[in-house]
Amino acid sequence: MAEGQPASKELAIIRVNVEWCKGCEICVAFCPKDVLEMEGGKVTVARLEECTKCMLCELRCPDFAITVE
Amino acid sequence: MFDYLTYVREGNFPHIWCSGCGHGIVLKSFIRAIDKLGIHRDEAVMVSGIGCSSRTAGYVDINTLHTTHGRAIAFATGVKFANPKLHVIVVTGDGDATAIGGNHYIHAARRNIDLTVLIYNNYIYGMTGGQVSPTTPRGARASTSPFGNIEPPFNISGLASAAGASFVARGDVYHAQKLEKLITQAIQKKGFSVVEVLSPCPTAYGRRNRMASPVTLMEWLRDNCIPVKKYEKMSEEERSGKIRTGVLIDIEKPEFTEEYRKLVDSMQVRG
Ligand SMILES: Cc1ncc(C[n+]2csc(CCOP(=O)(O)OP(=O)(O)O)c2C)c(N)n1
Ligand code: SF4
Ligand code: SF4
Ligand code: SF4
Repeated sequence: MAEGQPASKELAIIRVNVEWCKGCEICVAFCPKDVLEMEGGKVTVARLEECTKCMLCELRCPDFAITVE
Repeated sequence: MFDYLTYVREGNFPHIWCSGCGHGIVLKSFIRAIDKLGIHRDEAVMVSGIGCSSRTAGYVDINTLHTTHGRAIAFATGVKFANPKLHVIVVTGDGDATAIGGNHYIHAARRNIDLTVLIYNNYIYGMTGGQVSPTTPRGARASTSPFGNIEPPFNISGLASAAGASFVARGDVYHAQKLEKLITQAIQKKGFSVVEVLSPCPTAYGRRNRMASPVTLMEWLRDNCIPVKKYEKMSEEERSGKIRTGVLIDIEKPEFTEEYRKLVDSMQVRG
């Protein structure tokens, strides 16, 4: 599990299970805030501070591989 | 964060579905629906046939029955009859439910037995490598229609409505919150309830039809699935190529296991 490092209490905690992520890019494409990016075929958190915790990435990931708290 | 993991058989993950296959999103929507309804795992039975969609039964940690190709509704009918208190949910594909299993499908709808049937419609036989299914659109390419399909497709929801189902809805995996609501309503409804779910298959369908990328398939759903109310206000021209989603049929009619119970009770009084 790679974990986004929250710098303050307001920041989301986004967890990606890299063992389960199949790199479909659905979460990246439909994140309204462009928080996520692909790196080596897996998703990675590029701009955590932009995340509004809308949960759309978690909702649409077919692989149960990304969660937002 | 929603805790999906308490509802799945974690040891079977990562699941076998391809990257970007919609089926995982259907499973998640189903899990949220039973969580919201507060259905205990012992009160629910999931019955599936054969196909990628039918593999759902291997992942969810409730009572499950993975049966034979096309026969899920027949097994589910037996389960429901043996114990009408159970919530019986069938998960099946467009091929499983409407090709080999087509007769079970229409007759269960006609009887109006209290089952919830989730049909993952990906327009193709995914598991066996992309043969034409009864829902493959005209002109679409499949392994058995390399020059484009010349057959007109079935309308899965229309079939159930015409055959007598009391609840029929259509949803899609892009609009996953709405899908969860439709599944919730279908489970709550007493009577034969169908949710046709448009769930893309990038591997066997998308690749052959210029939509290899899962994101392109999701965008297609985003742009073409239109809620019933909005659809009704559109002109014939605007409706072209668009798909009506939401609750299509919701009516009250006698339910099969209840009618059977009534019959048995009436015989006992007389006897
Ligand atoms: C009696 C029988 N005939 C044929 C098959 C081969 N078979 C396995 S899955 C399948 C089709 C599955 O398509 P669908 O139900 O649309 O599900 P998908 O894989 O697309 O989710 C077929 C024909 C079989 N397993 N059993
Ligand atoms: S929660 Fe919303 S904003 Fe945050 S990464 Fe996910 S999709 Fe983007
Ligand atoms: S949606 Fe899920 S599987 Fe697809 S890239 Fe994102 S985390 Fe990975
Ligand atoms: S072949 Fe198609 S339906 Fe089957 S798992 Fe792959 S993407 Fe999904």
